[in-house]
Amino acid sequence: MTSITNRVQSFLILAVLWVFSQNASAQMFDMRRGVTDMSQRVQSLHHLIFGICVVVGAIVFIVMFYSIIAHRRSKHPEPAKFHESTAVEVVWTLIPTLILIGAAVPATMTLIDIEDNSDADLTVLITASQWKWHYQYVEAGIGFYSNLTTPLEQINNVDPKGEYYLLEVDNPLVLPTNLKVRFLTTSDDVIHSWWVPDFAVKQDAIPGFINEAWTRVNTPGVYRGQCTELCGMNHAFMPVVVEVRSEEDFLSWIDDQRLANELAGEAAVAARSRDWTMAELMPMGEDVFLTHCATCHQPDGMGQGIKYPALAGGVIPTGPVEAHLERVMNGLAETEMQAWAPQLSDLELAAVITYERNAWGNDTGDVVQPLTVYSAR
Amino acid sequence: MSDTPRYYVPHSSVWPIVGSVALFLTAFGAANFVQQSTVKVATATGSFGAPIFYTGLALIAFMMFGWFGTVIRESLKGMVSGLLDRSYRMAMFWFIVSEVMFFAAFFGTLFYARIISVPWLAGAGSNLETHLHLWPDFADTWPLFMTPGGTATEAMEAWGLPFINTVILVTSSVTVTFAHWALKKNRRLPLQIWLAITVILGTTFVVLQAIEYIDAYNELGLTLGSGIYGSTFFMLTGFHGAHVTLGATMLAVMWLRTLKGHFTPDNHFAFEAASWYWHFVDVIWLFLFTFVYWF
Amino acid sequence: MIAHAENIPRGRHPLVQFIARWVLTTNHKEIGTLYLCLSFTLFMIAGAMAMLFRLELAQPGLQFVTANFYNQTVTLHGLIMVFGAVMPAFVGLANWMIPMMIGAPDMALPRLNNFSFWILPFAFFMLLSTLFMEGGAPNFGWTLYAPLSTTYGPPSTDFLIFGIHLMGISSVLGAINIIVTIFNLRAPGMTLMKMPLFVWTWLITAFLLIMVMPVLAGAVTMMLTDRHFGTSFFSAAGGGDPLLFQHVFWFFGHPEVYILILPGFGIASQIIPTFSRKKLFGYRSMVYATVSIAILSFIVWGHHMFATGMPLVAELFFMYATMLIAIPTGVKVFNWVATMWRGSLTFETPMLFALGFVVMFTIGGLSGLMLAIVPADFQYHDTFFVVAHLHYVLYPGAIFATMGAVYYWLPKWTGNMYNERLGKIHFWIAVVGLNVTFFPMHFVGLAGMPRRIVDYSLPFSDLNLVSSIGAGFLGLSQLLFLYIVVQTIRGGEKATDQVWEGAEGLEWTIPSPAPHHTFETPPHVE
Ligand code: HEA
Ligand code: HEA
Ligand code: HEC
Ligand code: CUA
Ligand SMILES: [Cu+2]
Repeated sequence: MTSITNRVQSFLILAVLWVFSQNASAQMFDMRRGVTDMSQRVQSLHHLIFGICVVVGAIVFIVMFYSIIAHRRSKHPEPAKFHESTAVEVVWTLIPTLILIGAAVPATMTLIDIEDNSDADLTVLITASQWKWHYQYVEAGIGFYSNLTTPLEQINNVDPKGEYYLLEVDNPLVLPTNLKVRFLTTSDDVIHSWWVPDFAVKQDAIPGFINEAWTRVNTPGVYRGQCTELCGMNHAFMPVVVEVRSEEDFLSWIDDQRLANELAGEAAVAARSRDWTMAELMPMGEDVFLTHCATCHQPDGMGQGIKYPALAGGVIPTGPVEAHLERVMNGLAETEMQAWAPQLSDLELAAVITYERNAWGNDTGDVVQPLTVYSAR
Repeated sequence: MSDTPRYYVPHSSVWPIVGSVALFLTAFGAANFVQQSTVKVATATGSFGAPIFYTGLALIAFMMFGWFGTVIRESLKGMVSGLLDRSYRMAMFWFIVSEVMFFAAFFGTLFYARIISVPWLAGAGSNLETHLHLWPDFADTWPLFMTPGGTATEAMEAWGLPFINTVILVTSSVTVTFAHWALKKNRRLPLQIWLAITVILGTTFVVLQAIEYIDAYNELGLTLGSGIYGSTFFMLTGFHGAHVTLGATMLAVMWLRTLKGHFTPDNHFAFEAASWYWHFVDVIWLFLFTFVYWF
Repeated sequence: MIAHAENIPRGRHPLVQFIARWVLTTNHKEIGTLYLCLSFTLFMIAGAMAMLFRLELAQPGLQFVTANFYNQTVTLHGLIMVFGAVMPAFVGLANWMIPMMIGAPDMALPRLNNFSFWILPFAFFMLLSTLFMEGGAPNFGWTLYAPLSTTYGPPSTDFLIFGIHLMGISSVLGAINIIVTIFNLRAPGMTLMKMPLFVWTWLITAFLLIMVMPVLAGAVTMMLTDRHFGTSFFSAAGGGDPLLFQHVFWFFGHPEVYILILPGFGIASQIIPTFSRKKLFGYRSMVYATVSIAILSFIVWGHHMFATGMPLVAELFFMYATMLIAIPTGVKVFNWVATMWRGSLTFETPMLFALGFVVMFTIGGLSGLMLAIVPADFQYHDTFFVVAHLHYVLYPGAIFATMGAVYYWLPKWTGNMYNERLGKIHFWIAVVGLNVTFFPMHFVGLAGMPRRIVDYSLPFSDLNLVSSIGAGFLGLSQLLFLYIVVQTIRGGEKATDQVWEGAEGLEWTIPSPAPHHTFETPPHVE
């Protein structure tokens, strides 16, 4: 059975391949095999059900087209009279039933294994927000945000697009091979969905609830996916990138992260122990603004429509500094304006706020110091 | 062939288009009107909604008068054949089915909250992580005295006003049946009296419900905003109350029509439709009382 | 279409008369015509939106629209196709044909019929007006998932909500009318089990409509109160759940997709026997299959939510229930094939559309079956594979069926034959366009392209370009259809009363074009 279906299926795939294009790889036309045992089981399941569908479809269509050709009026002028047969009705109710049971059994077994989240070696809490992922290693106590890095110029067709156009981030999730990793997904705002096709893991991130999924990756490498639940304007720009390393590499990476955290802490202390000038902060602020804020407020600070307010000449950016600090650090509940305090360092916040207060003709002349931000935390 | 009476097909009519315009104005006005209640978007679209909304409502009332008036006149002229009468009955039946499904959506919501979302937020099933990471202080109770977000409320006691209301509504279902019997025997005075009693009971129900709401808001802190308990409570009782009001209005109109001498023992579809509707409202209340107030 | 002026006030300006005739009418044929015209208009509008976003998707990068506007067009495309193009088209056909097929003088409640129709143009005016509102049209997909549509929805969302209420009222009233007509106005001798299948499928469809449209109304009402009155149905902080919205929506949504297909099944079951010159095979089992599909449709909604983290038992339940639907649907497909078997087949345009329907709906149905396999759905879900599935069932299912029906009955409605050659050309452009547009979507989906994205990564480029080119052909084929229909209305070879030699049923016993009042006295059915 499987060998026949496999053959039919590979024939179809080949035919399609031939019709469509010479430069796309065979990967284009099949579900990915992936790099986990589970993703491979899912792929076989896909092959099984696809094979069933091809065979069933083929039988139906062969009979139908035979009839179309052989029973057309010029060949078969006198129509037959029969129009009922309980026997065949029973047969073609029963056979599909059996076929379906045949598909349901392996599907059930695979599903039961997929839903077994117990005995994980490592837990990652994935918190989605518009439009980035926040990864926290629960046991190791480290965490970071993962943002799209594809430049706007590529998206707007100014620059040529890179190889990993839209599938590249600043901080990929790093995972070890061979360990069972449990993902806890949740969200801060709307529903997102965390998907890595090569792991066959797709799990919705739902605000207020935590979903569980798991994977165990066999091969090191970089695996890319995307957010797959419509989550607002930039749903297309919310990639998932996972870097899988060998266990030792992973452990040393964890240590590096810890070290980097410490260094960042020291840098923060250093940053707030001195006064920064406008000239230092403005270019830094522009950078932060373009990376984090411009998708909504636009690079020119003009915002978009009523929903994303213009910051150029805006009430808050030209008003008291405290209110501005408060809005940027804590965001505004129930709007897309999220809290930035957990995501950015004191220095970055100071820089971006200074930038907003002085760019685009806002010219308030205020310089916000990291120390101010620190004490506002 | 001619034993089947000719089916009455009315010629053109203005009422449907009046009704469509009325519904449109109501909906369009309402969409803007509700926005004014939200600071977030009030600035966005201004506030032209209220007058349009009220015009629409008035037009709906006008349409009902006109349309039903036409139907009543046709009926009085004897143009309603047995077949058409059957059509009306079936239509009313299926309309009530659709209303049942409307309530089913909210009952479904209530059960979902009680059986699924609230326990899950408190860690039931495979949701331990939800509880630990997101809502560590939240406990599963129903009524939900404290939401995961920390809003507190008190619950509505079943055996006070709600129970009295149950008695009232059940009684009114009986009285409307008495009225129907009277009508079938063509005894006009009992018909009018029983019907009047039904309307009075219905009105009392609505008044008591209003008192209950005031109490909920002022004394219990039970509001639309007090979490899923308040949400389902007001959604279910509120839509039910709206239906009681509608049903009582229908019965009141029937009462007026009996005063004008309408209805005969074998031609009184409108009366029956109103009383079916009343029974439907009554049955919904029994479910409400059981699942919203009692258990 | 049919000229008759008996109940129109005389002595007025012709324009006033024209408007009065169409606005005030209580005639099922005129109302049917209105429905069909509205449906086609909305189909063009939603199709034009598809053209626009297909253009954007032709190449990676942002070319023509902003990300936000893209989401708005996808949302309106889905909503208008479903509620504006397909449902009114089927109701229009029901209006025209059901009284003729069961030997009734008209619909049971003619004024209500007019009311159901005239609510719709206003509802869609309201929906389309959102495009011009500050903050833009709804942009959260036709599935309206909370909290994107509640907390984060644009102000125009409220107009969408009330628009849906209007559509719901219209559908429920329309459905009541159809049920009552079928139950109450059948000609003597027309027992239920003698009814043409189109009538049967509509009976079931009407039942589904009455059962689920109010549920959708409930869902959007909760959206409204969550947006404005502080309730927390869809917010965990208040003890609610965003998934609750999905449950309620799909409780409506899955029966809804059968609402969009069952009348199509009915149409195929009328056309195929006619052009096979052979009675429909397995009439009874067709009826039972339709009923089973309707019943099953209430317990499978969870298959849209496999990735939401439902408990294992729920996933299994919904998987099995969903797979079961393949059985009655298969019975239908097999019956159609058996009807053709050893018939005497000719291939006029309606037959071509019916055959296209069977073939491509089966493909779409089979991909649906693949989606039902939960572990595999983790990979398919919310990718273009789903988009491919839904267009394979909806385009050939609903649109081909409607177009086939129009070709089939147009001679009866207008008294004129359409241009057979053009009809066939229309069919072939549509079939090729359809497959070129939607078949590659299976592959981009499998390769990992999520749906509802305005921009995509480079590996998906080639196939998306193919899809976009196909969509252009599909668009052109609609213009040809419009041309053919208008041409037929204006004149052409006169049709006989029988029209198709193999056709059976009461509608073929009356003159072409059908008289204003069909059966003033009911015919007697043997
Ligand atoms: C007309 C509309 C229509 C119809 C008829 C169907 C029919 C079916 N659909 Fe589809 N579906 C949609 C419209 C429709 N669907 C839409 C619009 C969506 C997307 C919604 C959104 O998210 O926007 C969707 C999404 C959708 C999903 C969710 C996918 C996801 O989001 O992850 C699933 C999952 O199970 C599914 C399954 C099915 C199944 C099993 C059928 C079955 O009824 C099909 C049965 C038919 C056959 C199987 C073919 C013929 C049978 C035989 C020849 C018999 C023998 C066969 C065998 C035994 C194999 N559909
Ligand atoms: C009956 C239902 C129906 C029908 C008929 C169609 C018809 C079409 N659909 Fe649609 N579609 C849906 C229902 C339907 N769709 C639904 C429910 C969704 C999901 C929405 C969501 O995600 O929320 C969807 C989503 C959807 C997507 C996915 C968008 C995304 O996820 O990002 C795409 C992408 O290509 C698409 C394309 C098309 C095309 C090209 C047609 C074509 O067949 C259209 C052909 C018609 C015309 C073209 C109109 C006629 C011609 C003119 C107006 C003249 C102008 C012509 C030219 C300029 C050439 N549709
Ligand atoms: C996901 C979209 C989004 C991003 C990213 C974003 N904002 Fe906002 N921002 C908003 C929205 C929406 C509002 C309006 C909130 C409201 O008042 O309704 C807002 C409001 C503001 C305001 C107040 C404007 C006023 O006058 O009312 C400031 C200041 C601001 N944002 C700064 C920033 C900074 C700094 C960043 C980046 C570090 C940023 N925003 C990133 C969406 C965003
Ligand atoms: Cu996040 Cu889509
Ligand atoms: Cu479904």
